[in-house]
Amino acid sequence: MSAAREESPLRRLARDFARSRVAVVGLAVLVLVMLAAVFAQLVAPQDPYDLAQLDIMDSLQPPGTAGGAGWTYWLGTDDQGRDLWSAIVFGLRTSLEVGILATLIALAVGVAVGMLAAYAGGAVDGAIMRLVDIQLSFPAILIALILLALLGKGVDKVIVALAAVQWAYYARTVRGSALVERRKEYVEAARCLALPHSRIMLRHLLPNCLPPLIVVATVQVAHAIALEATLSFLGVGVPVTEPSLGMLIASGYGFMLSGNYWVSLFPGVALLVVIVAINLVGDRLRDVLNPRLSH
Amino acid sequence: MIVFILRRLTQSAVVIAAMAVLVFTGIFAIGNPIDVLISPEADEVERAAAIARLGLDQPMHVQFARFVESAVGGDLGTSFVHGVPALGLVLQRFPATLELALAAMLLAVLLGIPLGLWAGLKPDSVAGRVIMTGSILGFSLPTFWVGMMLIMAFAVQLGWLPAGGRGQTASLFGIQWSFLTRDGLAHLILPAINLATFKLSLVIRLARAGTREVALQDYVKFARAKGLSPARVVGVHILKNIMIPVVTVLGLELGSVIAFSVVTESVFAWPGMGKLLIESILQLDRPVVVAYLLLTVLLFVVINLVVDLIYSMLDPRIRLGGGRA
Repeated sequence: MSAAREESPLRRLARDFARSRVAVVGLAVLVLVMLAAVFAQLVAPQDPYDLAQLDIMDSLQPPGTAGGAGWTYWLGTDDQGRDLWSAIVFGLRTSLEVGILATLIALAVGVAVGMLAAYAGGAVDGAIMRLVDIQLSFPAILIALILLALLGKGVDKVIVALAAVQWAYYARTVRGSALVERRKEYVEAARCLALPHSRIMLRHLLPNCLPPLIVVATVQVAHAIALEATLSFLGVGVPVTEPSLGMLIASGYGFMLSGNYWVSLFPGVALLVVIVAINLVGDRLRDVLNPRLSH
Repeated sequence: MIVFILRRLTQSAVVIAAMAVLVFTGIFAIGNPIDVLISPEADEVERAAAIARLGLDQPMHVQFARFVESAVGGDLGTSFVHGVPALGLVLQRFPATLELALAAMLLAVLLGIPLGLWAGLKPDSVAGRVIMTGSILGFSLPTFWVGMMLIMAFAVQLGWLPAGGRGQTASLFGIQWSFLTRDGLAHLILPAINLATFKLSLVIRLARAGTREVALQDYVKFARAKGLSPARVVGVHILKNIMIPVVTVLGLELGSVIAFSVVTESVFAWPGMGKLLIESILQLDRPVVVAYLLLTVLLFVVINLVVDLIYSMLDPRIRLGGGRA
């Protein structure tokens, strides 16, 4: 209250966000995880997919075993003597890549379609929203399974399937806020200036519809990562050559029953940490960006 | 009302037809089951005979026409792998899935409503916070991983419950059920908990939100002022009013539980139709995949229709198709 100076919106957002300590921890974890995934080669002591670096004699070593190459397998090794920590870092990379790319594609498609529906109105709106309703009445996993049964395995196919599952959420969200914004005076003013429709949609409407979209997108990244893990666990997701966390968990499943818990447990913990961190950040963003909730 | 039902039925028919085309063209146009199904040692004559027997030599539109014609008659083709009618194969696995799904729903409701009520009545208590944190975890944790951890804890480490399978079954109405025998029940517990986790979190949230809203209403205050016992206020006045959203959402969620049982069945080797679907996808057993998908879509369309109708009857505020034509 003492500082009467105008605060930039971004700064206010950051300050509001930081009021929740849990959310800050979540964000910090998320940043660390992203850095680890991006710099996987530096963070991981071995390249888990370079067979020359693997020593089959070191297979299924429990956590903390000293390896032949002079460093310790802190999280143990899998059945091929692969350092689990390295496998997890590289697996994170696939998981994040799939989750983020799928969300971005879905976001682009959903925003375009939702904007069109809100702006065009009438029959176009009716048809699009009917389609959205129908799609949302089916659970995501069923749609993803249908698509993957049709498309087959592969990182690109999983991304397509996840994007196809998600676009409807964005379409609905953006349409909802665009319908409200459309009636506001600044849009009317822009229309009176005879600006082209595309400009009004992109430069005037879209920025004002962003807050709810950001919230939905954050949470959807977590959903996408979890769904990808599930699909890969079922064996219809990413191929064995590019294992994600879900794939690592699946391949460790058999060993779990024979007591070698770590092969499956640690990738699962990593998956969990990522999902919970994203959800914490998303929850906080929802609180901060929703003016109705702030007091 | 009749107009509404007719319109909903038309819409449902369109969805089913669109699904049939999508599923068929996709599955039959991509992937070559001949390579998978016919042994590489087979000579040309055997190969040709097998292809003709499976109808794979026909042009695509002929295959589709054949497919639609027989689908309407309830014949969705013969499983490439098992050599029996695909629809029968899926239907035969259906009771196991239904049993699992219903057990999970029951668990979610029986645990979720009391927990949600508690969290709603005492949102700031320790128990209330623990319940809500638990429900956030339940939303975040991937189902398959929870299932594996359950197996690890209760089957491998503690050895209390079996890790997979359906156990001994008993017959009722000519169908085999697990919950009728002790052994079967023991096999049912872990998968049911696993499948229930997500829905339990959902029910807790719904019940809590409903309770917080309803508890502030005048009629609840009035009931309290009248001197009714807290148990009666909660059990009658509050509970009844939070049930409407819970019942609707649960109706819609039944379909999603059946879809999600694919995951739980795969983890626990539960011989339901979800496990059959995954096996069939991996083995390129197209007729079975098609039969499963069409059956599930049909199930969904029916459930959604029924829930819509029930909802409009339960809550007169919902005017069917009102306003928008």
